[in-house]
Amino acid sequence: MATTQSQAIGKWALAPSLLVLSGWAFIPLVLTIYFAFLRYNLQDPDNTSWFGLSNFYYFITDPYFTKDLLHTLLLVFSTIVTTVVGGTLLALLLDQPFLGRGVVRLLMISPFFIMPTVSSLVWKNLLMHPVFGLFAGIQTYFGALRPIDWFGTFPLISVIIIVSWQWLPYAALILLTALQSLDEEQKDAAAMDGTPPLSYFRYIVLPHLARPITVVILIETIFLLNIFAEIKLPGVGGVAGNLTYLVFSQLNDANDVGAAAAGGLIAVVLANLVSIFLVRIVGKNLEA
Amino acid sequence: MARKQSTRRTVAITILAWFIGLLMFFPILWTAVAAFKSESDAYTLPQNMLSTPWTLENFGIVQERSDYFRYVFNTVIIAVLSTLLGLLFAVPAAWSMAFAPRTTPSSTISGWGWLAIVFSCGLIAAGVLYANGWHPQNAVVGFLLLLLCIVPPTAWVWTRATTDTLLWMLSTKMMPPAGALIAIYLMFNRNGLIFKDWGWINLSEYNLIDSFWGMVPLAMLLNLPIIIWMLYTYFKEIPVEILEAARMDGASLWNEIVRVLTPMALPGIASTCLLNLILAWNEAFWSLNLTNKYAAPLSFFISEYSSPEGQFWAKLSAASLMAIVPILIVGWFSQKQLVRGLTFGAVK
Amino acid sequence: MKKLMTGVVGGFALALMAGTAMAEDTTLTIATVNNGDMIRMQKYTDDFTAANPGIKLNWVTLEENDLRQKVTKDISTKGGQYDVLTIGMYETPIWGKKGWLVPLAGIDDPKDILPAVAGGLSVDGKLYAAPFYGESSFVMYRKDLMAKAGLKMSDTPTWPEIIAAADKMTDRAAGINGICLRGKAGWGENMAFLGTMANSFGARWFDEKWHPQFDTPEWKAAITTYLKVMKDDGPAGASGNGFSENLALFQSGKCGMWADATAAGSFVIDAKASKNAADVGFTIAPDAGFGKRANWLWAWALAIPAGSKKVDAAQKFIGWATSKHYGELIAAKEGWANVPPGTRTSLYKNPEYLKVPFAAMTLASMNAADPMHPTAKPVPYTGIQFVAIPEFAGIGTKVGEIFSSALAGQISADDALKQAQDYTTAEMTKAGYIK
Repeated sequence: MATTQSQAIGKWALAPSLLVLSGWAFIPLVLTIYFAFLRYNLQDPDNTSWFGLSNFYYFITDPYFTKDLLHTLLLVFSTIVTTVVGGTLLALLLDQPFLGRGVVRLLMISPFFIMPTVSSLVWKNLLMHPVFGLFAGIQTYFGALRPIDWFGTFPLISVIIIVSWQWLPYAALILLTALQSLDEEQKDAAAMDGTPPLSYFRYIVLPHLARPITVVILIETIFLLNIFAEIKLPGVGGVAGNLTYLVFSQLNDANDVGAAAAGGLIAVVLANLVSIFLVRIVGKNLEA
Repeated sequence: MARKQSTRRTVAITILAWFIGLLMFFPILWTAVAAFKSESDAYTLPQNMLSTPWTLENFGIVQERSDYFRYVFNTVIIAVLSTLLGLLFAVPAAWSMAFAPRTTPSSTISGWGWLAIVFSCGLIAAGVLYANGWHPQNAVVGFLLLLLCIVPPTAWVWTRATTDTLLWMLSTKMMPPAGALIAIYLMFNRNGLIFKDWGWINLSEYNLIDSFWGMVPLAMLLNLPIIIWMLYTYFKEIPVEILEAARMDGASLWNEIVRVLTPMALPGIASTCLLNLILAWNEAFWSLNLTNKYAAPLSFFISEYSSPEGQFWAKLSAASLMAIVPILIVGWFSQKQLVRGLTFGAVK
Repeated sequence: MKKLMTGVVGGFALALMAGTAMAEDTTLTIATVNNGDMIRMQKYTDDFTAANPGIKLNWVTLEENDLRQKVTKDISTKGGQYDVLTIGMYETPIWGKKGWLVPLAGIDDPKDILPAVAGGLSVDGKLYAAPFYGESSFVMYRKDLMAKAGLKMSDTPTWPEIIAAADKMTDRAAGINGICLRGKAGWGENMAFLGTMANSFGARWFDEKWHPQFDTPEWKAAITTYLKVMKDDGPAGASGNGFSENLALFQSGKCGMWADATAAGSFVIDAKASKNAADVGFTIAPDAGFGKRANWLWAWALAIPAGSKKVDAAQKFIGWATSKHYGELIAAKEGWANVPPGTRTSLYKNPEYLKVPFAAMTLASMNAADPMHPTAKPVPYTGIQFVAIPEFAGIGTKVGEIFSSALAGQISADDALKQAQDYTTAEMTKAGYIK
C-alpha cells in the first residue's frame, strides 16, 4: 500500500543524487568534447585555436596509442584471469575447517586494504629491486649472478603481479562468502552420495559461483581499466603504460590539453563498449 | 581409518592455508620489518633480516621530514566528510528506490527519441559555440550551453525504471578519470573555467585545487554509486509490512523514517560508511593530480617517497606502515560486511 | 553519533578558518623540489622570519617530475597557487620571454653569480630566477678499487679510458659494478646524461633547420657505447636508475665509477651515509676527441610568477635564500661541504671551501660547460642537456622512454634510434618547426 504521498516524495528523493551524478558524468564529458577539437597547449595558451579532428589523428597515429591500448586490455584480462582462478582456489581452501581459519582469512584479505601507492612502491623497491630486493636476494642465494630485473625486463608482468596481489583477496573474499551460502544440505547430500570432489565442484559449486564470478569480473573491470598509481609510481609509464597513463602523460609531460582530451574521449568510448556489454550481463544477474 | 585420514587431511589443509595466508601477507610483514631497521640495513634485509639491530628512528624522521599527522588529518577529513555527505544523498535515493520503485519508464519518449533530443541539443550548443568563436567569455552563455547539454540526458535517466537508473549509476563508475581530469582541473583551477574575473563578478580569489572544498565532493561523487547500491540492497530487505503497519497507526512520514526505518537500517548504513571510508582512504588518481599540501591525503604522502635522494627504503617502509595500519584495522573488522557493497548486493 | 558529527564538522570549519586567520601576515607559498639542499633550507628559515616579521613561509615540497608538472600547469593557467617557484635553466628563459615571471630585484651581489649560470637564467640581460644551487656533471670513482685494478684515474679522461677502467673494476661475484649511469626515463633523468654523452661524441639534437639527428652516426656511436658499457659493467636494473637510485648504489659500495651531478659530491663523502666516503675521488667528465666534454649545466633557481600579489615578500625571500649570508649560515651550522654549491664565484675563492674534496672539480666542470655552444656542430638552440623550446619536455621524456627500454633490452639500439627519430620528427612537424 505504497501511498501516493510516499510515491511522490520518493520520486523527488532520488532527484538530488541523480542531479549530482549526472553533473559529475556529463559536465566533464561535454567540456572534454569541446577541448578535443582545439589546439590547446598549456605552454602556449595564447595560440589556442580550432584544430578539427587533428587531435584524434595525432593521438591514434601515435605508436604509443596502439601499444598502450594493448597494455590496457592485457592488464585487465590477465589480472581478472589470475584473480578469479586463484580466488576460487583460495575460497575452496578457506571453506574447509582448519585451525586458525579466522586469522588466515584476515591475513589473506589484507592486501586489498593497502593503498595502491604503498603497494606499488613496496613491491618495486623492497621486493622486486634487482640488486637489493628480496627476490634478487633469494635468487642470489641460489647462485644466480644476475637476478631478474623485474621492472626493467618484464614491466607489464610486474605491474600485473602487483595488481593481482591487490585484487586476489577481493575475488577470494567474495567467492568465499558465496561458497559459505551454499546449502549445508546440498553439501551433505553430495557427501552422502559419495560424489567425487571434481564433479561435485563441476556440477554444484561452479554453477553456484557463476553469479558472484560475473560480479567480480564486472567490478574488477571497472577498477582495472583505470589503474594509475601502479604504473606511475614505479615509473614504467613509457614501457607498460595504459590509456589512463597515456592521457595523463599527454597532459602533464607534453602539456597538450587537446590531445589529452581526444585521448580521454577514446578511453571513454572504450570503457562504454566494455560497460554496455558487462552491465547487460550483470543487470540480468542482479535482478534475478 | 576414515577418521585418521580426515585428521591428516585437516593437518595438510591447515599447513597449506597458513602457508598461503602468510605468503599473501608477506609483503606487508616485510615492510613492517624494514620500517624498524636502519637505512643501510634495510638494503641488506634479505641477507640479515633478524641479526641487524631494530630501531624506531625512521618514524621520527618521517614525521619530521613530511609531517605525517597533517596527512592523516587530511585523509580523515576527506574520508569522513565525503562519507557523511554521501549519506545525505544516498539515503533518500536508496529509500526512494527501495520503497517507491518505478517499475516502468514514466515518460513515453523512447530511447531513440531521447538520443535524438540529446544529439540535437549538442548540435545547437556546438553551433552557438562556433558562432561565439570557440571562446565563450560570457558566463551566462557558457552556463546555458552546459545546461543544454546536461538537462536532457539527466531527464532521460530520471524517467527510467528503477533498475535502469541503478545500472546507469553503476555505469558512471565506468567513466575513466583520465577523460575527466582536464575538465576537472580547469574547473577547479583559479583563472580556469569558473574561478576567474567575469567582469560582473570576480571569482579569481577562489580555487578548489588542493582544497577540501574540492576533494570532499569529489571523493563523495566517486563512491556515490557504490553506496547507493549498497544501501539499496539493505533497504530492500526491510519488510514493507512494518512500514505499512506504522503508517496504519498514523505515524507521519517523518516518524516513519526516523522511528521505524532508521533503527532497522542502521547496521546497513554503518557498513556502508565503512566501505566508503576505505575507498576514500585509498583513492590515488585524483589525490595525486589535484593536491599538493593543504588537502593532500596519505596517498600523496607516500608518493613523496617514490624517489628521494639516497637511501630511503627504511623511511619508505615506515611511512607506508603508518599510512596503511589504520585502514587495515578498519578493514579487518569490517571485511564480512563489505562483501555486499563490493558486489552491488549480488553476494550477501 | 551526533556529538561526533558536530565535532568533525567543527574541526573542518576550524581547519578552514585557520587558512583565513593567517592572511593577516603575508604567507608565501613556496613550491620546491625534495632535494637535500632544499630540505635543509627549510630547517633554517627562522633566520629569515626573525629578520622579516610578518612574512610566513609555507613549503610545498614535491618530487622533481611532479614539481615540474604541477608548476607548469599552475603558471600556464595562471592558477597562482604558489608565490615562489623552484624552476631550472630549462623553464626560466622560456617563461621569462613569455612574461610569466617577475624580473628579480634585491639579489645579493648579482655580479658574483657564475656567468654561465646567470646567463642561463636571464632573458635580455634581466635575471628572472635566482640560482639556489648549480651543478655540472663529473665522474666520481672509488680510489681503492682503481688501485686494486692497478689503474690511476686521468685528470682528463676519455671515454675509452673510462670504459677500460670500468671493465677492470667490475667484479660481479663481489657485487661491484664498474660503472653506474642513469637509465630511468625522463628528460631530466637519462636524457640529461645521454644528451651530454652524445654531445661529447659530436652529436646534436637538431640541425640548423630543426631536423632531428638521431639517424646520424654520432648518435649511433654514443648510444651503442652507452648500451655496451652498461651491459658489460653496469648494475642490474639500470633502466630504473636515476640520480637517487645510483646514489644509493654508490653509497652502498656497488659502483666503481659513477658519472652524475656534481651535487652528489656532498652525499658521497658523507661518512654517515656512505660506506666508502674516504675513498671517493673526482675527475672531470670524459670526452671522445670532438672538443666537447660530457658536462651538463643546471641550476635549481627561485622565481616569482607574474600576477603574484606578494611580489615584495617573495623578492625578500629569494634575496635571502640565494645570498652569501645563507651560505655562511650553512657553513657555520653544517660545515662547508653542505653549502649550496655552484652559484657564486666568491664561494670558489674561499680557501675554507676549497678544502672540500669536490669543490675545485665542481668549478672546473661548470666552467667546461657552455650552454650557448653546447655541441661540436652548430645548432639552432641553447641548453646543453636540454633544448630550450617548450616542446622539449614532452619530446625529451618520450625519447628518454625509448632509450630506457633499449637499455632494458626490449629493443635494439637501431630500433631505438629510429623510433626516437620518427617520434621527434612527428612532434616537431605538429608543432610547426619543420615545414
